[in-house]
Amino acid sequence: MSGDVVLDVAGLRVVGLPSKAEIVTEVDLTLGRGEVLGLVGESGSGKTTLGLALLAHAKRGTSIASGSVTVCGRDLLTLPAEEVRRARGRTVAYIPQSPASALNPALRIGTQLRECLNGSASREAHREEEGEERVQEVLREVALPDTPDFIRRYPHQLSGGQQQRIAIAMAFIGRPELIVLDEPTTGLDVTTQRHVLETVRRMCEGYGASGVYISHDMAVVAGIADRLAVMYSGRVVEAGTAEAVLAAPRHPYTARLLLAVPDLAAEREMTGIPGHAPSPLARPGGCAFAPRCELAEDRCRAEQPAPVEVTVGHTVRCVKPGSPPAPRPATPLRAGDGGGAPVLEVRGLSARYGRTEVLSGIELTVPAGECVALLGESGSGKTTLSRAIVGLHPEFDGEILLDGEALAHGSYRRTEEQRRRVQYVFQNPYEALNPRKTVRELVLGPVRVLRGRVADPDAVVRDALERASLRGDLAGRYPDQLSGGERQRVAIARALATGPDLLICDEITSSLDVSVQSSIVELLRELQRRDGLSLLFVTHDIALVRNLAQHVAVLEDGRIVESGPVERVFTTPDHPYTRSLIDDTPHFTPAFARLDSRD
Amino acid sequence: MYRLIFKRVLLGLVILWAVSVVVFLATQALPGDAARAILGRDATPERLAALQAQLHTGDPMLVQYGKWLAGTLTFDLGASLANGLPVGQYLAPRVSNSLVLMMIAAVIATPVALAVGAWSALRRDRAVDHATSLITLVLAALPEFVVGIILVLIFATGWLHVLPAVFAAGEGAVWQYPAQLVLPTLTLVLAVSPYIVRMMRAAMVEVLESEYVQQARLKGLPERTVIWRHAVPNAIGPVAQVIALQLAWLAGGVVVIEFLFRYPGIGLALMDAIGNRDLPVIQALSLLIAGLYIVVNLLADIIGLAANPKVRTAAR
Repeated sequence: MSGDVVLDVAGLRVVGLPSKAEIVTEVDLTLGRGEVLGLVGESGSGKTTLGLALLAHAKRGTSIASGSVTVCGRDLLTLPAEEVRRARGRTVAYIPQSPASALNPALRIGTQLRECLNGSASREAHREEEGEERVQEVLREVALPDTPDFIRRYPHQLSGGQQQRIAIAMAFIGRPELIVLDEPTTGLDVTTQRHVLETVRRMCEGYGASGVYISHDMAVVAGIADRLAVMYSGRVVEAGTAEAVLAAPRHPYTARLLLAVPDLAAEREMTGIPGHAPSPLARPGGCAFAPRCELAEDRCRAEQPAPVEVTVGHTVRCVKPGSPPAPRPATPLRAGDGGGAPVLEVRGLSARYGRTEVLSGIELTVPAGECVALLGESGSGKTTLSRAIVGLHPEFDGEILLDGEALAHGSYRRTEEQRRRVQYVFQNPYEALNPRKTVRELVLGPVRVLRGRVADPDAVVRDALERASLRGDLAGRYPDQLSGGERQRVAIARALATGPDLLICDEITSSLDVSVQSSIVELLRELQRRDGLSLLFVTHDIALVRNLAQHVAVLEDGRIVESGPVERVFTTPDHPYTRSLIDDTPHFTPAFARLDSRD
Repeated sequence: MYRLIFKRVLLGLVILWAVSVVVFLATQALPGDAARAILGRDATPERLAALQAQLHTGDPMLVQYGKWLAGTLTFDLGASLANGLPVGQYLAPRVSNSLVLMMIAAVIATPVALAVGAWSALRRDRAVDHATSLITLVLAALPEFVVGIILVLIFATGWLHVLPAVFAAGEGAVWQYPAQLVLPTLTLVLAVSPYIVRMMRAAMVEVLESEYVQQARLKGLPERTVIWRHAVPNAIGPVAQVIALQLAWLAGGVVVIEFLFRYPGIGLALMDAIGNRDLPVIQALSLLIAGLYIVVNLLADIIGLAANPKVRTAAR
């Protein structure tokens, strides 16, 4: 750690307009030269708002109400607008979450890189030449080609990883002192993510720049940050060196957040956090985490805990810091002997979109009562395969057998009984539920079609919601009155209501927070154990596979390159692609969450 | 991209041909004798026979259409029944008069409307934005002849007496009488602008909210560059279609305005021709207006395609 301070935030408060709701409040942070601060929080915690405030920017509908953001000795919040503009890109730069939408689709990447250097102010010839050299230099630094042909490309002509590298290059081109990175690897494949993270790390070191790395992913942050700040409901609830926080989290939220991260070795149980984060408009008095905290007492609900320094440089906002729950060993999954009769068999399936073949030679078996994970990165064809199985993508050759009986290719040509037995849960719970229908209507919809008239519809709804761990009184709500996790549970309840034998889950946790993801995984394990439900779990996340499935099939470019029992595939992977996937996934085992670290 | 443009041009020609069929069917091929319909009940047998010969109404329908189409393609549109002049010669000055009026209206309306729309978006939710929204809504709701009459009341007959109420120029080209052109042009501008303003505002609002505009600001670019380089070009793409529709509407909308101001263009010519049952003139003008529609929309499509780098850089 070096002495001079690059970033000093004091008493920062950002409010919503016109509600005056506090989105970010009472934030104090300091960051030394060359340090990387990991800013961790779930959706709605205010981390992006805070990140933008570090550049003195507030999104429409928000406003920076008070506090100071001092970067290299100058308070950006009191500088005149013109000075702030000059500081952006030169003193403090920003790397956005999704470069696909943050790069201007109508401008060549060269234009977008060059303008960071001089805006449009200087038109002198020698400056332009210098600029051109600098563009090429920074492109080489992020391991992209520096040819004129490449510089003349438009953003849509680049891959997702290349676009993110451009965004990184754009941030570093002005040699800033501080870089704010807002979830720069979310949405990227693990291999691309690893390369991007390496690039970020190398660039920060090379330029001696400090970084604020915003993420919801503890595993990623742990690999890059020197210091950690955990945000909940607009406040920093715990801050300290990464080592100290990961070894002994003192705030119950931090501890629960760490325990919610899936364990790649699947030895520790991944436990979700019940409930969901409060919206800025309806934050409880007292500690915002109290309603979800097992350790909460009356005084937690009464007063807002002030930050307490538990050790030097490690502060916690909790009235009784330092009694986190211990990690529990994972309960073993049902034995995956594969002895049960197969519910579903896929034989020699190849599928295409128009003339492009996206799947070929797929062989897959789902044994009764077990879970098969379909693991693949984006574009591997895993969604196409699951859509073909459920009858939504009829353009395929080969056979799909349900209990040994061949299914028609298209959903319309399958019998009601066949459709009832195979149910599908979609990736995005925000789009999968009709916003104009109540939960009750949503759950009953497929039941009425597939099972005809039911004697007691209310009992069906109650039962389905209960199996999806939802309160019965949610039946009258509309989707927009539910949180993301609740929506996904409604989608699961809707599928369960028809009494399926096989549930196809297409990346159902990828748009959810890690704490919510864990509770969905818990639910799926419970459904498998208690009800003997068979699952086809489609995912890109290796750690989830290990915690949920007995079998795994690894999909690459439309072919299954490796399949077998999860234990075998993960301990002795045969195929190089499987090996690279395992290697590229961050191995996250903070000292605190290690089983052997205690008793 | 060239293949796409070629396809659109081809499609435009097909549509133009379809329009010619409809025009033919709606005028000459109506049940009953076109010549009798034109001349009315009191026509003498000699005149009737002469007109039937001119219109080839004795021939089978397909032959009639063939002859008419062949004439149209060779710019031999027949002679006006009202004044005996060849249609081309009769219409040429009127077409150019109307084009002058439309061009002036388009050249003024498009940039002004785009600027007002963009400005309104930049001042979103402030008084200026609300005022613009209200005014454009009112203008969009009023029929253009009402707008024209109100303008006449204000500037010509009622309150101020600064501009002529009707177009009363003597010989020579219309642009030699700029004062006479003001009111018709202004009416057309007010008729086509509201939609462009509203679309431009909506498109700009969306673009200004986009992440690439936020990123441009966070890069420390001057606000001028943010707006002119990052925001406006991305907003104009979707608006181009609306501009095209509005400019195409001018071709038809000009009829009412010309009638209102007695402006010697195709609109007035069309009204006269309908009054006189001057079949060749009606046919020629209908085709001309349809052709203008198609050409303007085609141009908008091409501009839209060219403005989209994804299309422009596509391999095929």
